[in-house]
Amino acid sequence: MRVLGTPGSLRSGSLNLRLLRAAADLLPPEAELAIYGGLKAIPPFDEDDEGAPAQAVRDWRTEIAAADALLFATPEYNSSIPGVLKNAVDWASRPIDTAALRNKPAAVIGASTGMFGAVWAQAELRKSLASAGARVIDRELPVADAEHAFNPDGTLAEHDQTLVLAEILAELLAETDVRAAAY
Amino acid sequence: MSTAVETTTQLPVGTWKSDQTHSSANFAVKHMVVATFRGRFDELEATLAVGEDGNAQLIGSVEAGSIVVKDENLQAHLGSPDFFDTERYPELRFVSRSIRRDGEQLVVEGDLTIKDQTHPVEARGTITDPHETLGGAIKIGLTLETIIDRTKFGLNWNAPLPKGGFAVADDVKLTVELELAQDSE
Repeated sequence: MRVLGTPGSLRSGSLNLRLLRAAADLLPPEAELAIYGGLKAIPPFDEDDEGAPAQAVRDWRTEIAAADALLFATPEYNSSIPGVLKNAVDWASRPIDTAALRNKPAAVIGASTGMFGAVWAQAELRKSLASAGARVIDRELPVADAEHAFNPDGTLAEHDQTLVLAEILAELLAETDVRAAAY
Repeated sequence: MSTAVETTTQLPVGTWKSDQTHSSANFAVKHMVVATFRGRFDELEATLAVGEDGNAQLIGSVEAGSIVVKDENLQAHLGSPDFFDTERYPELRFVSRSIRRDGEQLVVEGDLTIKDQTHPVEARGTITDPHETLGGAIKIGLTLETIIDRTKFGLNWNAPLPKGGFAVADDVKLTVELELAQDSE
């Protein structure tokens, strides 16, 4: 089972990338987390380009289609989702009736250096993903003060957060099981 | 001397099957507090079976993915897990438990299933007497209407409006208009 993990920030030291790696350690043996690192290459959404989207867009859609489930880890910029992440969601939501995101199980977690753990961005991303037709887990994991939220080995310092993350992953994988059984 | 006019309470005996082209299943819901938004399902099947003993049952189903609204983006959203989740729940189904007729008036009680959630509903409407049509086909017409709370069926999506209220009301009016032909088999 393949889970595609997408960090919403681009920098190499991304705290949300660290959060995804912490999630990877909690997945069961039959599941693997693949990190998607191509957000920066995706051009701005333009309906005029839909007929022949850029290779980066095609790759992004292919990665989503090949995944059994999606795990997004988003920071919060100006109380909302980073533009590059929203842009990627917009591309993956089109064309709407055959979109890569349609019916795809998806969960959202988030880390921020502030005290709220990107909770607004997580809510907005869940809303956007659901609007695009994804099967969104109605849970959140706000990791606040994220520079101090990880142990040296990469695990989350607060045990309660590890438990919540494990629960979210279990719900996400359960959605893929239900979906597989439908076919 | 009594001059009372008797109205029939008998349902037309036989098996009556819906004509796909000339039957419809529609919904209407308050939108943005102020207006009524309407849509329809294009794929539906209904059968009314009435025995010689008067026992009758109406069974109807609607293909969830056949929902039609004017905007393709909205149509896709209505089929997504936010609303009907057509991948997982491809059918809406109604099975009657009782049918009462008084003249043209019809009251049907039964169970409506949407997204695997079943709740009792009472629908009211009209029924015609059988009428011979083109090619000798015997037909009846039936209309039914009911109001359901969509949130009881897992259709919970909504959006708050800036000055209060919500984008879509909970109550949804469902209307079916059926042209039913007598099954000759």
